[in-house]
Order: sequence, then structure tokens, then C-alpha cells
Amino acid sequence: MSETCKNGNAPCKPERKERLLGLIDLDARFELTQFRLIRALLKSRWMPLLLLFFNTFMFVIILVAALLGGYSAGNYNFGIMLVWILWWVLLMFVLVPVFARAWCLMCPFPIFSDWFQRKRLIDVGQEKPWGLNRRWPKWLKNMWLMNVLFLVTTYFSGFLTVRPFASFVLLGSVILAAFIVGLVYEKRSFCLYLCPVSGFQGLYSQFAAAEIRHKDDEICKAHKKKTCFIGNEKGHGCPWLLMPFKFEKNTYCGMCLECFKTCPYDNMAFNLRPFGADLLVDSKLEPKGLDEAWKAFIMLGIAVVFYLGFQGPWGFMKDMIRGTTLSGFFSYIVIHTVFCFAFIPAVFFLFCWLSKLISGDREVPLKQVFTGFAYTLIPLGLGVWVAFSFGIILPNGSYLLHIASDPFSWGWNLLGTANFPWTPVLTQYLPHLQGIAMLVFYVFSIDYGMKLSRRIYPNPAHAHRGFLPILAVLTALTFLFLWLYMGSALSEK
Amino acid sequence: MKRSFFCGLFAATVLCAAQAAPAPGEEHFFEIRAKKFEYAPNVIRVNRGDHVRIRLLSQDVTHGMYIDGYGLNVTAYPGEDGSLAFTADRTGRFIFRCSVTCGEFHPYMIGHLKVEPNTPFIFYVAILLAAGAGTLGIVALRSRRETANE
Repeated sequence: MSETCKNGNAPCKPERKERLLGLIDLDARFELTQFRLIRALLKSRWMPLLLLFFNTFMFVIILVAALLGGYSAGNYNFGIMLVWILWWVLLMFVLVPVFARAWCLMCPFPIFSDWFQRKRLIDVGQEKPWGLNRRWPKWLKNMWLMNVLFLVTTYFSGFLTVRPFASFVLLGSVILAAFIVGLVYEKRSFCLYLCPVSGFQGLYSQFAAAEIRHKDDEICKAHKKKTCFIGNEKGHGCPWLLMPFKFEKNTYCGMCLECFKTCPYDNMAFNLRPFGADLLVDSKLEPKGLDEAWKAFIMLGIAVVFYLGFQGPWGFMKDMIRGTTLSGFFSYIVIHTVFCFAFIPAVFFLFCWLSKLISGDREVPLKQVFTGFAYTLIPLGLGVWVAFSFGIILPNGSYLLHIASDPFSWGWNLLGTANFPWTPVLTQYLPHLQGIAMLVFYVFSIDYGMKLSRRIYPNPAHAHRGFLPILAVLTALTFLFLWLYMGSALSEK
Repeated sequence: MKRSFFCGLFAATVLCAAQAAPAPGEEHFFEIRAKKFEYAPNVIRVNRGDHVRIRLLSQDVTHGMYIDGYGLNVTAYPGEDGSLAFTADRTGRFIFRCSVTCGEFHPYMIGHLKVEPNTPFIFYVAILLAAGAGTLGIVALRSRRETANE
């Protein structure tokens, strides 16, 4: 098979059609918007507004419940259970892997800044937006701030996931920050570059089985007004500051559906596609970057630390995470940061260096090898979090029945389930579900690893050899997580 | 050569899983002290077929102990121990977790019961290694084919 590589060191794209796991054509798309009902739904101004209103209503209940819950145990608090059990698990099981950033479509965080900027909530005006409407600094147009903010948020996970008041403070701060940033910076700058939840959704949505893309290049080229970007009477210009007629991957598309409304030619499509199609995208407009690579490392690191702290049997770890002593808490922060920010990237770098060495390719820059192969960690990382989420929902899911009946702990019994006892569900299968999740996503990782290798090393022989250390590190990482989820039994002395 | 090595490795792993079954019937007694939010000992190990007796003592508030996979539950109140007896007839590593809300970190109060041999773990690792070896085989095959084409 011959390769094309027009830009010197730029990654190459094989000429032959690529298939996911050798089976599914990666260019295959199933357009859901071909169905009139779905297209009409996505073009309606009530979509996603109705979802947004519903979630804002739920969010108010969550905030009130979290405030009222104060310092009580979180497992009987509506705010804690809805956010950290139901929302998180839905995010990891369905929303991100299947529907990309569908959560952003219905997220209530930016509703007040949108309202303020647009001066209206439902219809579309053509006047100048309120607020300073400044541009986000160019040097911060990446994931680095989100990486740091998400990691910092996880320092407090020992409080956030168990103390209702801590969750109230976090969620209240985020919605306030979204509003303040919206006063100063244009459109959804907060969502794009600051929201702690946005980064990992953007990263993992590259693996998702859904996408929003334009259909016909020629129609977009002929349409000089670019209403998807500037807006018109039917909808707002892309709130995510993207050019919908050009974008190639899900990372920064918040799926707000405005481009469906503003395109006069119905040239936007909501597609189903093979998992992970974006992992191979590396263009001038949307290049692979170290910020996204680090996001992948951080997410893996957090998964290890969270497992040890929350799903492991080690009391001293729990004491550190919940801040029993100040020194223990600071030690946890330091270890957590070094592990996620430095140790995991360093280990991965070592394998990438080996990859370059073994490949025999002297031309390809090591940075390109490192950045390119980091994307193999996206499926694996998602698998790790799916497996972790099984460990959250199966033992704790039954609390949801209680809190749904008595959201404010006022003794209500709205659904007749307020006294439903704690019941672990299918926990006998927990290790198997976690094992299966790890293996399935490992297979995706190695499949994309091979494809990425062919892009990184133009010569097929180099690509084959260069892939071997990456195969080794992916296998070792999967083994590590299998061991954690199913095998580890280290006593605490 | 490579292929036979990995086939051998896979077979050896599966064999280990099958042969590691110990003589059944040993008696084990564990006194587990529960306090916010840990068990001591936090890990207990037995072999398949062993008879296990557990005495659960609470050192502060009321705690419980629910063993995943066995579906067994016991409660210990301060000054009133709980006890549990069962035959470890399922292998693997099982989580035991507090079943009575004992404070804010209650959902994370966890211990491990390991019933050797941990066949589920060995099984999944064997699949992992087989998938890795299979990939290696595919890479080697493609490499050879492309070298031949050149």
C-alpha cells in the first residue's frame, strides 16, 4: 500500500479506505436528519430550549437540596445523588460515548449569560449583544486552563461527592463564573475554555458515535453570507465560535443546534458514525495538540487516584482525600498532581521514545509521535471511566429511589419509595462488567493505535515497528486497570 | 515462533487458573473491626471451598458489611457484634461494603474478600494477552506481506 504525505513531517493519511476493527468503513455515516421529523425537531427554536428549561428547573432543585443538606451524609441527598451518581453515569455510559457533547446542548450553566448577551431567551434578535463581548486571549484558546481547573476540582472530590454544601458551593460557583465570564467575553467562551466538565467531554467526544457536520462542501462554498457563523433571524451565529461549514471533529462543538436553524439550505447533518472517527483527524484547522494529550493523561491519572481513594479498601487514602489532617490532604494534592501531570505523561513519553527508536524513522519529530499516540488513550480512558462508573451506579443506584421521593429530606414520600432500603444491584457482576468494559475499549485503542501509527510513520515498516511499544503500554495500562478493578487485594498495614 | 510463544503463554495462564484450586474445607475465622470509614483488616484472603466465619465489631457507630457476589449482609452495633458464616464457593475478588449509613464517607467504606484462585481476573488477563498477541500477529503478518510486496 502506498502512502501520501504532502507536507513533509505532517501525518500521512493512507489512500486505502480504513475500517474500524477491519469491519466498518470509517467514512460511513447514517444521517438522522434525513428524517423530516428529526430535522424539524432540530430546526425548532424549542430544541434544545425545552431540555434546557427542564434541566435548569432540576438544577434549582439540586442547588436547594444541596444547600438544605448542608453537611449531612450525601447518599441521602438529592443534589449529590443526582449530580455525582445519575448525571455522571449517564454522561459516561451514554451521553459522551454515543452522543458526543449532547450534555452541553442541555447544560444549564450558560443559560443566564446567554440570556444576558442575547437580551432574550427564546427568539432571535439582530441587535448588538450586551456585555463587553471581548475575544478570548489567543494563547488561552486550548484545553490547558480546563485541564488545570478540572484537576483542581478533583482535589476536593472527597468533599464534593459526599457533602451537599460542598456541591452547592461548586455548582453555584460554576454558574456564577459562567455568568461573569459571559459579561466580559463573547458567546460561550466559558464553555469553550474554562468549564471543568467541558474538557473531558470534548476529548472523549472524539470517540463518540455521533457528530454534527455540514453535508455538501459546494453549498457551503457558494453560500457567501455564512449565516451559520454570523447568525440570522432564525438563529444565533455559532455560540461556540466555530465555523460549522468547516469543522472536522467534535472536540469544541457544543451541539447547540443553532447551525441547523441558521443554514438556509438545510446543509447541516446530525450523523451516526463508527466509534472514534475523530481520533484520526489532524488538520491545520483542528490539529492534534499537547493540551488534548495532557487531558487524556490527566483523565487516566484521576481514574487511578479515584479508584484508590473511593473504590479501594485503603483507609489511609480515604483519610487523605477527605482531609482528616491538613498534611495528609496536602500530600494527596501533591501526589495526585505529580501523578496526573508528570508521572503518566513521562511513562507514556518513554514508550513513545522507544517507538521512534524501534521504528527506525529518524525524520519524524518525537513531539509528533508523542502527541499522535496520546490519542490512543482516548478509547482506553473512556473504558476506564465506564468501568469506574459501574462501580458507582450498581452499589449506589438504589439511593436514587429514596431521594426522588423525598428530595429535600422533609419527610415527603412523593413516589412511595422514600423508605426503599439500600439495595446493591447486580454487584455480583461488577468485576465482569468492568473487565468487559476494559477489554472492549482496549480493542478500540489498539485498533486506532495501528491506524495512528500509519499516519505518524509514513513508511509502513516503520509504522509496524513503531506501534509495538505503544501496543505494550496500552496492554500494560489495561492490565493495571484490570488488576485494580478485579485483582488487587493489598492489605493495609 | 512468536505465535507459538503467545499461544503457550495463553494456555499456561488458563491452565494455572484451572489447576490452582486448593483442597477445600479449611476453617477461617476473621475478626473485622469497623470504624469510620474503614475495615481492619481491610483485605481477607481464603481459598475456594474454605469455611469462613466473620465477627464484625463496631468501634464507633453502627456499621454493616455486605459482601458482593455472596449477597450476605451483617450489622454491628456499638457493643453488639455481628457474625457471619459462609462457604467460599465462588472465586474472585469481592468487595465488601458498609450497608448502614455511618457518615459522609459511608459509600466509600470498602474492603476486599479474595477467594483464590481469582479465576475471573485470570480469565480477563488471558483475553487481554490473547488480544495483544493477536494484534502482534497481525502486525507481523502485514509487515511480512508488505516486505514481500516491496
